[in-house]
Amino acid sequence: MIEARQLHKRFGLVTAVQDVSLTARDGCITGLLGPNGAGKSTTLRMLYTVLQPDSGDAFIDGISVTAQSLAARRCMGVLPHGAGVYPHLTARENIQYFAELHGLSRAACEERTTQMIDLLEMSDFADRQAKGFSQGQRLKTALARAMVHEPRNILLDEPTNGLDVMAVRTLRGLLLKLKASGRCILLSSHVMQEVAALCDEVVVIAGGKVVADGTPEQLRARAGTSDLEEAFMRFLEPVASQA
Amino acid sequence: MRSVLTVLRKELRENLRDRRSVISALILSAVLTPLVVALLVNLTVRRGQNQDNQPVTLAVVHGERAPNLLADLRQYRIDVVAVDLDDSAARAAVRHQLRRIVLAIPDNYASQLAQGLPAPVLLYTDSSDAAGAADVGRVRAVLGRHASEIARLRLMARGLDPTVLSAIAIQDVDVATPTSRSVLILGAFTVLILMSMLMGGLHVALDATAGERERGSLEPLLTVPVRREHLIYGKILAACVFMLLALTVCACAMAVALRHAGLERLGMNENMNPLTVLELIACCAPLAPLSASLMTIVAAFTRSYREAQTYVGLILLIPTLPLVFASTLGLRPSPWLMMVPSLSQHFMVTGLLRAEPVPALYAVLSVSVSLALGAVAAYAAGRLYHREALLG
Repeated sequence: MIEARQLHKRFGLVTAVQDVSLTARDGCITGLLGPNGAGKSTTLRMLYTVLQPDSGDAFIDGISVTAQSLAARRCMGVLPHGAGVYPHLTARENIQYFAELHGLSRAACEERTTQMIDLLEMSDFADRQAKGFSQGQRLKTALARAMVHEPRNILLDEPTNGLDVMAVRTLRGLLLKLKASGRCILLSSHVMQEVAALCDEVVVIAGGKVVADGTPEQLRARAGTSDLEEAFMRFLEPVASQA
Repeated sequence: MRSVLTVLRKELRENLRDRRSVISALILSAVLTPLVVALLVNLTVRRGQNQDNQPVTLAVVHGERAPNLLADLRQYRIDVVAVDLDDSAARAAVRHQLRRIVLAIPDNYASQLAQGLPAPVLLYTDSSDAAGAADVGRVRAVLGRHASEIARLRLMARGLDPTVLSAIAIQDVDVATPTSRSVLILGAFTVLILMSMLMGGLHVALDATAGERERGSLEPLLTVPVRREHLIYGKILAACVFMLLALTVCACAMAVALRHAGLERLGMNENMNPLTVLELIACCAPLAPLSASLMTIVAAFTRSYREAQTYVGLILLIPTLPLVFASTLGLRPSPWLMMVPSLSQHFMVTGLLRAEPVPALYAVLSVSVSLALGAVAAYAAGRLYHREALLG
């Protein structure tokens, strides 16, 4: 369960995020939808404790990301935007490194790493150095690395960016599996179709503010259109006219 | 602590597989060091031989007017070449470096000499030609010796004791021992050792920070439940390990090269036994944490590996600066100077190579101050990695 309360973040003169509050429930896929530069990444970065909010707070399973950031990180698996892997390590070593950093015992590291490799069907390239990996192989490695400590909450920043259809399908399948096991999943995207296809809840963010939230059906109803993309555009209009 | 070791282990494993790290750390210091040592020693040997044994060529105009002088010159291994040049041609020949030295005997030389008056000779040289200075000096010395010999004979002919001319008898006492004389060359090796060490850790220090950010693996790393400074300490330690590796390889390569380069050809002995090599490594090693931390700090402010490389080039120059001051100002070890990193290492290395070890207090000062500064710099690097601008 992820709860953000009135998060605020400013970089110099630019206010990137203003009063953002949202809730992502367990057993749900929550989508953070917005155009480029809307503040999606900044919000996620505050949630996964890489950035400190200027004001407001967020709670991961009730643990404050500002007061207990190390404890909060233990409950999260994170796939940042454009996450890279170590080119001179094999996929297995990449995953194992993060398992060790999460404080898993040696035996647990190996066991969990093998489990992740099986889960993500990576065994054909698991023991190859990552420097020649395809986008999909890199994504799987980064994803396995993010989930090796069995986190209850999973945060993904633009996970499908630059992926081919096959890799996107694999990712979707995996996220649905995780949802079924009761995990809380929060992902950001600027692609309407992706969010519509995957998310139970959508938070539309623009100009650093939450402009709408609810299930895709609720959003369609509120915008008075059956087309989600059309609804999305209507929510963005007031912000766009302000700018 | 455990996470520091995890980071250290991973950086070592990754960098040992990276050709660039291995080349910069090991191959360079293992191959380059002996080459530079052999080159330096050979050049010095050859220059020493030049000065004493090589014959000097002297162009003489109208040598037939001074046969005794010519015989004297030949006796002191100066090759006399007869040429026919007038005054302006002689000047031009020297200026255009066709001839290094031209000696002209005017037509009144013999008559002046016969009358017991100063006999003129013209010596054309180019004082801006530094390489020829030694040759000019030798010719001048022979001319002077010839002149004083004639003066002695004249005094004796007049019944005077020639020793009245020697009011002061200068005797040169050169206190340079064979080992301390070789330090002139060995001093340059301090730079070589320190540079090899820094180069050895350079790639690791930059790749683990600026490189990691560029590849996009820094942000995921910052989401693990480990304090950021512990991640940085692990990376600094990895750079230190590579520096120590390079230092060890360099010191061993240097010892082997010095044994084979033949310092004894210069009439010098060198004392590069295994114990000296160990002491050499122990002297320089305390500088590693400071250098690695400084590189990490620089990398924290740069956006890419390449940008970091540019600035770190400057860091590589810093340790050579105190060495330049030391040699130009002729600095001697003192408690204050032993607190200057890299300068204190220079004094200790030079002391070791001279077989005149510095006092224990100085060694303790050098090691403890370098390590303390290293700890401060590592702490500062850890603090810097809390900056949010780090993510770019």
